[in-house]
Amino acid sequence: MSDRPERKLEWGFLGRISYPASERLQVSIRDAVRAGRKSDVLLFLEHPHVYTLGRNASNADVLADPEWLETRGVEVAECNRGGQVTYHGPGQLVGYPIIDLNPDRRDIRRYVHDLQTVLVATLAELGVDSQPRRSSEELGVWVENRKVASIGVHISRWVTSHGFALNVDTDLEYFAAIVPCGLSDVKMTSIAEITGNHHSLSEVATICCHHFVDVFDRVPVLVPREHLSMNWPIAS
Amino acid sequence: MSTEVIMPQMGESIAEGTITKWLIAVGETVERDQPLFEISTDKVDAEIPSPASGVLLEVKYPEGATVQIEAVVAVIGEAGEVPAASEASADLAEEVRDPKMTSAAEAVAAAETIDEVADQTDTVVEPELVDRVRKMSSPLVRRMAEEKEIDLSRVPGTGIHGRVTKNDLLRYLESRVDTSTAPGVRTAEVMVKAATAQPGQFMVPAFAEGDNVEIEPMSNIRKLTAAHMVYSKQTSAHVTTVFHMDLSRVAKVRDRAKDGFLRTHGTKLSFMPFIFKAVANALIASPKLNASIDGTSVVFKKDINLGMAVALDWGLLVPVIRHADGLNLVGLAKTANDLADRARRKKLVPEEIQGGTFTITNPGVFGSLFGTPIINQPQVAILGIGTIEKRPVVESDADGNDTIAIKYMSYFAITFDHRLVDGADADHFMIHIKQTLLEESWSELDPFL
Repeated sequence: MSDRPERKLEWGFLGRISYPASERLQVSIRDAVRAGRKSDVLLFLEHPHVYTLGRNASNADVLADPEWLETRGVEVAECNRGGQVTYHGPGQLVGYPIIDLNPDRRDIRRYVHDLQTVLVATLAELGVDSQPRRSSEELGVWVENRKVASIGVHISRWVTSHGFALNVDTDLEYFAAIVPCGLSDVKMTSIAEITGNHHSLSEVATICCHHFVDVFDRVPVLVPREHLSMNWPIAS
Repeated sequence: MSTEVIMPQMGESIAEGTITKWLIAVGETVERDQPLFEISTDKVDAEIPSPASGVLLEVKYPEGATVQIEAVVAVIGEAGEVPAASEASADLAEEVRDPKMTSAAEAVAAAETIDEVADQTDTVVEPELVDRVRKMSSPLVRRMAEEKEIDLSRVPGTGIHGRVTKNDLLRYLESRVDTSTAPGVRTAEVMVKAATAQPGQFMVPAFAEGDNVEIEPMSNIRKLTAAHMVYSKQTSAHVTTVFHMDLSRVAKVRDRAKDGFLRTHGTKLSFMPFIFKAVANALIASPKLNASIDGTSVVFKKDINLGMAVALDWGLLVPVIRHADGLNLVGLAKTANDLADRARRKKLVPEEIQGGTFTITNPGVFGSLFGTPIINQPQVAILGIGTIEKRPVVESDADGNDTIAIKYMSYFAITFDHRLVDGADADHFMIHIKQTLLEESWSELDPFL
C-alpha cells in the first residue's frame, strides 16, 4: 500500500500481572504484530514486587538479603532487555509498547527519545517538571537529580517490546535494596513524592496513552484487558 | 555462494553496535530470518535475523565487541565440503572486505565477478551431477532422511545446485504429515483462519471478477469484533432460551416516577436500571452464570460487574457497571447513562470496559422481539432484552376464569455456555428475574411517586 492508512494502537490497562506472565504475553503479541496479524499494542500494567536483572546486570546489584526478599514476597527475575537491575512493584506504571517501527521509524535512538518525550509530557500534565537524560548510563527521565522513570527496550526485527516504568506512587524503599541501573548513587523518586498527589495508575496510563499516540502518530483503540491478553489474530 | 552478515544500522545517527550474544554457534544451521545475534545500542537490545539459510561458518567478533555499522560480523554458507565455485566466491568476497580496497567501483567489479563465476558454474553442472550432489547433502540431512526413510532425490532442494537442506527436508516432511493432529486444542488463530477461508479449504468467494461491488477495509473495532465473535462461537457451547417477561409493574412505577427522578437526579429513568437490578439479584442466586471457565476449572467471580452493550455509529462497545449488586436504581441509572454517554464520545478509561462478569444487550431498542446473542468471552452467559410493548395476555384467576389483559411484555433471551451452565440453571436464573420484575415494589422510588 503506497498511501498508508492511519495506524491503530490497541491499548489498555491490564492491572497487576506477574513479570513472567507479562513476558509471555509480550512475546505472543510481538509475534502477531511481526507477522502482521495484529496492529500495534501498548500494554499498561503494574507488577507485583520484583527485581529484574537486565542482560548487563549482575546478582551483585541486588543488595538485599534473600531472607528479606522472601519475607517481603519479592521475586527476582532475569529478562532479555538491555540495562541492569531494576525494581517493579505496586504503584509503578509499566508501559510495554509492542509496535512495529517499520517502515518509517527504524531508528533505535529516535525510539528511545520518543519514549522520553512521551514520559516528559505525561509528567508535565501531572505537574512534574522533568528532563530526559540520554547517556546510556543515565537513560531515563529525571527530576533534577532523582530518577522518576526508567527505560529498557528490546527490539526484534524492528518490533519493540519491554518499555518504560514510571514511578507514580511507588514505595521507594524497595529501590534501596538494589543498585538501580548499575549506578550506586542514583536516587529514585515518584510523582507522589514530588507533588503529594496519589494518582491511580489507570488515570496516568490514560494520560500517557494520549501523549504516546501524539508522538507516534497512531490512532488509539481502547481494548478490554480480557481481549488484550487473548491475543486474537487480527489481520492488519 | 556464502552470505556475509553485516552489522545493521539501527538508526540514522548510530555508527556502531555492541554484540551482546551469538544465538547460533559456529557450525550450527540457521534459517533465514531466524534470530542470529543480539546487539545493544544506546541501551536498547535488538535481535538481528539471519539474512540467509545455511550453516554459520564464521563469527568475526566475539560477544562484547563493539563493531562499526556495515562491518561483516559473520559468514553463512553450506555445511561440509565447499564447492570450488563457492571457494572462489569466498576468496573474492574476502577481497571485497579488504580494507585496502577502498574504491567502490573495484568493489562492484569484484562483486560482479562473483556472480559471473557462480553463473558459469551453474551452467556446467550436468543433470546427473545435480542428482548426485543433492543426495550428497549434509550429514545431518542424510541422517534425518535415513531416520525418516526418505529418498532424498524425491525432495525438492533449494540449496547450492539443488542440494537438499535441512529446511527442505522439514518442509517435505511437514507436507506429508496430516495437519489435523489435535482436534479440540485448536487455537483462536486457527479458528479465524478457518472462518476467513484459506487456500485449499472450503470457501465461498465474497465476490466474483466484474461484480458490481465496492471494497472497503474493516475498521479496527470491526476486526476485533469479528475475531471475538468467531472466537466465542468456537469456544463456548451456545444455547439460547427465551422467557416472556411481564414488566407491567415496572412500567407503572417508572411512568409515575420518571419526571420526579429526572428533576432530582438529572438523568433519565429507563427500563434498564430495573432490569440491571433484577439481573444482579438473580446472579447472586445463580453464581454459575457469573463465572468463567479456566481449562477444567470453574472460576466463580465474586464481584457482579454487568457489561452493557452500547451500539455506536462506529461499532459496538461494552462498558461495565462495576459492583452492580451494590447499586440502587439511582446508582444504576446514573452509572449506565454516564457510561453510554461517554462511550459515544470516546471518553471511557480502561477499567470501564473490562472486568465484566455478565453482559446485557438490548436488541429490543430497535424493535426486535428477541435476539440470540453471542457470549462475551470469557463470560458464560449473556442476556438479550427484546422490545418492551403492550401485548394481550391470557390471565387465569383463582377460580379458573380466563381473561385477556393488556400487559407490558418483553421476550428476554439468555444465551449460556452449556459447557458450564445447564438448561435448568439458566431457567432458574430467568425465573428469578421474572419474579423480581413481577413482585418487587421498588420502594426506593416512593419519594418520586
